[in-house]
Amino acid sequence: MSAIQPLADKDRIFTNIYGFQDWKLAGARARGDWDDTKSLMAVGQDAIIDAIKASGLRGRGGAGFPTGMKWSFMPKEPKPGKPSFLVINADESEPGSCKDREIIRHEPHKLIEGALIAGFAMRARAAYIYIRGEFIREAEHLFAAVAEAYDAGLLGKNAAGSGYDFDVFVHRGAGAYICGEETAQIESLEGKKGQPRLKPPFPAGAGLYGCPTTVNNVESIAVAPTILRRGAAWFAGIGRDKNQGTKLFQISGHVNRPCVVEEAMGISFRELIDRHAGGIRGGWDNLLAVIPGGSSVPLVPAAQIMDAPMDFDGLRDLKSGLGTAAVIVMDKSTDIVRAISRLSYFYKHESCGQCTPCREGTGWMWRVMERLREGNAQLHEIDLLEEVTRQVEGHTICALGDAAAWPIQGLIRHFRPEIERRIVEKQGSAPLAVAAE
Amino acid sequence: MADAPHIPDEAEMRARWGGFAWDDQSAPQVDGIIARYPPGRQHSAIMPLLYLAQAQVGRETGTYGWLPVPVIEHVARTVDMPYIRALEVVSFYTMFNQAPVGRHLVQVCGTTPCMLRGSDDVMAACKNKGLIKGKTTPDGLFTLMEVECMGTCANAPMVQINDDNYEDLTYDSMTEILETLAAGGTPKPGPQIDRHASAPEGGPTTLKAMVSENHDYRGEWA
Repeated sequence: MSAIQPLADKDRIFTNIYGFQDWKLAGARARGDWDDTKSLMAVGQDAIIDAIKASGLRGRGGAGFPTGMKWSFMPKEPKPGKPSFLVINADESEPGSCKDREIIRHEPHKLIEGALIAGFAMRARAAYIYIRGEFIREAEHLFAAVAEAYDAGLLGKNAAGSGYDFDVFVHRGAGAYICGEETAQIESLEGKKGQPRLKPPFPAGAGLYGCPTTVNNVESIAVAPTILRRGAAWFAGIGRDKNQGTKLFQISGHVNRPCVVEEAMGISFRELIDRHAGGIRGGWDNLLAVIPGGSSVPLVPAAQIMDAPMDFDGLRDLKSGLGTAAVIVMDKSTDIVRAISRLSYFYKHESCGQCTPCREGTGWMWRVMERLREGNAQLHEIDLLEEVTRQVEGHTICALGDAAAWPIQGLIRHFRPEIERRIVEKQGSAPLAVAAE
Repeated sequence: MADAPHIPDEAEMRARWGGFAWDDQSAPQVDGIIARYPPGRQHSAIMPLLYLAQAQVGRETGTYGWLPVPVIEHVARTVDMPYIRALEVVSFYTMFNQAPVGRHLVQVCGTTPCMLRGSDDVMAACKNKGLIKGKTTPDGLFTLMEVECMGTCANAPMVQINDDNYEDLTYDSMTEILETLAAGGTPKPGPQIDRHASAPEGGPTTLKAMVSENHDYRGEWA
């Protein structure tokens, strides 16, 4: 495998990602946003969808579903009284993820222009941008940027002079991780508790208000205008086959200089960290493990991740995933059981309570994890916990149950000796019997 | 349910808040909020209107705001929603406060990315200033909560106090922020160390031309 070249500045899409310059319309236009948007749209809906398909863009919200294909599921002829909607998922809440925040507060016009183009391509009447409630200042930027776009004729009737009428609305969430799940987000937009719906019907058939709806991540939408401007081949030429394009990586944890940075998909973990994050705290020998794609994906031990390519397939091969490219780095000072147990607490806190395996299972798993952290358990309970994660996984309406199970499975897979050590050290040869409750 | 909110006495709440109505600052916004959603879909406006009401209660009480039952009833009437549906929304989402909070709502993130970077120290700084998790200080200044991931992980550890984030914290910088607020001052939001937003500490490794000018890279596209 040939090494992926690091991205040159000219090939970065989000040039104002750090907000050194003006995020408002004038500044964004000077960087190339909203430049003759109507000619990008003039090629027609199907040509836009074909270009996004050809670019190889896969959804940036975690699942990695091909974006162009998702758009193509929308009806070509909306029925009367059943307009189509685009919902843009800005409910960024996956622990480790902090990229959509940077897009929204520093590059909001890339998102809004993308909303118009994507909405047009899927024949939507309007877009709702669902931004997490805690992004208070970020939402202020977004409301202001949308208002600027209306004032400049870029949204509303005959948006950007394209002849197409399109509205963009901003909706603030209020502190529920589960609303990042697409059908929970739709429920929330309708003014209800954010509890996921059973699928089918899928949102493209019956989503917001029972109308055809596509839910896309912020980054997936915000890269679309640049892909169309530079051509699908440009985007597809970055990274490896089926893992193309640029990606915002969010590096947190035990690196010398945490940051958000746009890089080529498939860049090696070592290159990413050395080039942008100042290396691992205490040097590479001090690396313990990495959660490469946000809290929901299993951790990967140091030896396996060091030279791995950071893309969907490269991390899948390590039984983990790229997720949102939220890279959580842990050095050898980490209490690894506590680190994962804290994630178990997170999922317990965020379970919507709808499905019993998740509602009961997340709390049960967290309580056992807390005992394992202290070594206050019996050795066979490790297998019992593993078995319970299998009972939760795949037995719930949405993927939160899976997301709660996977980090624990990853911990047991790679760090069983550490868990056993704590149990043995705590209790010697006569472990106590303690029930999970 | 140790975390369950201690909802104040209903009779007292009704006596104080039974006459709640949109004030001059809120009232002009109500119709515009409802108009964001299609006709007949005014239930969608419940969340933004609850925010509006919570902020108004905040103004009236000199706090960050909360949602007494009569206020929730008022919001529910505004969008023709049964009260119980509105209450469901209030209790489902953590950002709607069902009990009074202080002037400064201190929300320390404790999830793993912040934990790895020292959120224990941030919590300790709060504790040593007399803040107790889930409680309001006797002077009414601070309410402390531990919250789940706030989406600021590259700037961990962090705290959100009312509408602003304070990032890249240490025990000392958190202590200083609380002292500044207690003295009636305004701490500088954002990173508390030498870095700009989510760029690496000490300066960006990419897009350096953007630091000093709004560089247009289109001329370099091949």
